[in-house]
Amino acid sequence: MGELKGVAADIFPRLNERFPGALQPAERDGLVVDARQLVAVARFLRDEQQFHYLSSVTAVDYPQPTAEFPARFDLVYHFYRLSGGGYLALHVHADRDKPVVPSLTPEFPAADFQEREVWDMFGVRFEGHPDLRRLLLWEGFDGFPLRKDWKEAYYEEEHKPFKSRFPEGGAPVPAEERTPLKDNLRFPAGWEPQDWDFEEADRLLYQRMLSADRDPAKPLQTDEMILNMGPHHPSTHGVFRLAVRLDGETVRHLEPVFGYLHRNHEKIGERNTWLQNIPFTDRLDYINGMTNNLAYCIAMEKLLGWEVPERAQTLRVIMAEFARIINHMVAAGFYGNDVGFFVTAALYAMEERELILDLFEAVSGGRMLYNYMRPGGVAADLPEGWVEQAKLLVDERLPRKIELMQTMMLENEIVQGRSVGVGVLPPDRAIAFGTAGPVLRASGVPYDIRRAEPYCGYEQFDFDIVTAEHGDSYDRLALRFGEIWQSLRILRQALDRIPAGPVQAKKLTPGLKLPAGETYGRIEAPKGELGFYLVSDGSANPYRYHIRATSLINLTPLSYLTRGMKIADVVAILGSIDLTMGEVDR
Amino acid sequence: MKYVELPEIPPELQTTVRLTTVDQLYNWARQRSLWPIFFGLACCAFEMIATAASRYDLGRFGMEIMRASPRQADLIMITGTVTKKMAPQLVRLYNQMAEPKYVLAMGACAISGGPFKEGYSVVSGVDKLIPVDVYVPGCPPRPEALLHGILALHARIGQESTRQMRAFRKAPDEGIPVPLLGPDLVDWRRYEGLMEPARVEVDWKEL
Repeated sequence: MGELKGVAADIFPRLNERFPGALQPAERDGLVVDARQLVAVARFLRDEQQFHYLSSVTAVDYPQPTAEFPARFDLVYHFYRLSGGGYLALHVHADRDKPVVPSLTPEFPAADFQEREVWDMFGVRFEGHPDLRRLLLWEGFDGFPLRKDWKEAYYEEEHKPFKSRFPEGGAPVPAEERTPLKDNLRFPAGWEPQDWDFEEADRLLYQRMLSADRDPAKPLQTDEMILNMGPHHPSTHGVFRLAVRLDGETVRHLEPVFGYLHRNHEKIGERNTWLQNIPFTDRLDYINGMTNNLAYCIAMEKLLGWEVPERAQTLRVIMAEFARIINHMVAAGFYGNDVGFFVTAALYAMEERELILDLFEAVSGGRMLYNYMRPGGVAADLPEGWVEQAKLLVDERLPRKIELMQTMMLENEIVQGRSVGVGVLPPDRAIAFGTAGPVLRASGVPYDIRRAEPYCGYEQFDFDIVTAEHGDSYDRLALRFGEIWQSLRILRQALDRIPAGPVQAKKLTPGLKLPAGETYGRIEAPKGELGFYLVSDGSANPYRYHIRATSLINLTPLSYLTRGMKIADVVAILGSIDLTMGEVDR
Repeated sequence: MKYVELPEIPPELQTTVRLTTVDQLYNWARQRSLWPIFFGLACCAFEMIATAASRYDLGRFGMEIMRASPRQADLIMITGTVTKKMAPQLVRLYNQMAEPKYVLAMGACAISGGPFKEGYSVVSGVDKLIPVDVYVPGCPPRPEALLHGILALHARIGQESTRQMRAFRKAPDEGIPVPLLGPDLVDWRRYEGLMEPARVEVDWKEL
């Protein structure tokens, strides 16, 4: 049994008093809850202890029994108080042969997609989940890929770096040549395509579509139709499919279908070394490579217990805020695409983005994907003249261009007509759905991790948390412009006082080992809370590497927001939420 | 465009009348009005958008009109990782494009699966599904690299002849059989040829 730290130590006596014997300290971090009491404990935490925010739900597979526990799935829930402070991790153990746990979705809608993802990846069944279908893969996919004993077709060895494939030298052999089917394919024994039901996935989806949100009291029963938007559609911001049940033009039910860009980040991440994962994080939310790097490095530093030099902290803040400006401008620009002025606004955003990318390229060498942050600092110091260039941008050019773009968008009649009062998300629902970042703040909840749990020295900077009142699409758009102004404010302060000193305190080796333990590190990424849940067994590779993808969880209210709206509003609402498919599907 | 100057034309008309072949003229026109489909998969899609935006400006090559419908497009740029779940849709999109059509594989993922190749749901290169004309390496390729790839495609179009082009074949285009999602991606073309011997040789339990 581990020693309790932080929030868990604080709350444990109160929980133990209310639920005697149901909880005990977990091996590494947080509390273990008896599965039968999970829902009651979560409800108590929310209703009486102010843990309103269920941030992340995931699982870890332990196929080998340890001295203390039998082989098990360890389900991990991270809760937060909206008044700030650290996380509370709840663990639930599920039997590995017949994994069933009660679902939190009826109480916490935020768990909806995350529980479906755990079912998809681990095969843990959630009792009471209203719609437990696979999330990222398709119905019928063979096996549950994140289980430790599931091997993909190109499997070579458990951990990187792999042993030399060619100890005697010679030309590299493509992975295809080493597999029996000569491709990345893996079929169960004796599988026959003629006996297979290829329609199952769509049939289950449409069954769900037809049964959900029925209104038996509707006086006139009209014919409804199902419309599929995507996966190839210019307004879905990538490959994303929306199945919509329509009554005329009115949306009766909307069901998002994910997974068209599922790139196995988590499975590949468990095989990579800790440092090899940094460039992979770039490719999650590819608009904000910098902040993805940062979130992962902060999570690693929590396990390593490393201090980051002052100069590196300030550089991180500068990069993160520039990334926020890029993201919000691009989000606003592409929102223009969605509401009716095709690419015009996006062109304004892309023009300024190029100038910031030049700065990023000068420090990291990469135009779009940077691989710049490192645990313990950053990869490289600023080149000569960088600060002057950045100041020129922050003081002279960006304010004017952003002013222009803001006026053009926010005062535009089309934008106002298409977004005021469209997709209203009340604050209580925003919290319940687990939304984060601009979506949460636009509903009037002043929650910003830069203030709630400061990192990188954000507490030294003077800035406001921007909030809005109505929670509609227009507020979400306007709030992004507000945040750009705050980012510029932070940048002015940071650029004026970059401390001297080293940018990297520790010497990094490729086989960097993290001490055994688990942690959850998070930052306020431009799109919301980006968290990394890391489990280390003390080796050079992560035991579990989970990404709390804010783009995915921000989409949880999509079905709620679009219900009863017109089909054209679906596009506007989706655009106002701001998503990157690379992060949604991972 | 190659052309011949005609001696019998009066000198004042020499600059306005040219003698050339149908192929030359046809290719010259096609090179300068390629319409790409507005189709983005992953990270590279954002570099494609950056290439289309003001600094790099695809409009210089007559390509600024990106069409949402495959029926109106000549070029599909595969900008990112092709996953197994996306494969049926991608083949369907390709089949829906009208001939002559071209495919540009942009970035490491589209070429071979790239950094995600070992993943269980990633197709090892889009050329396993549809024929590719130009490969642009990089992760992601810079806009300059994409422009170079597009110029390479222009050069390729310039060498085509109406006598050999796929678009002018007499036989109807059957299209590529759309793969299906079973326990894994089932590509019927491969199933016919590849799975048959595999049933004899492969010990399924080993997989």
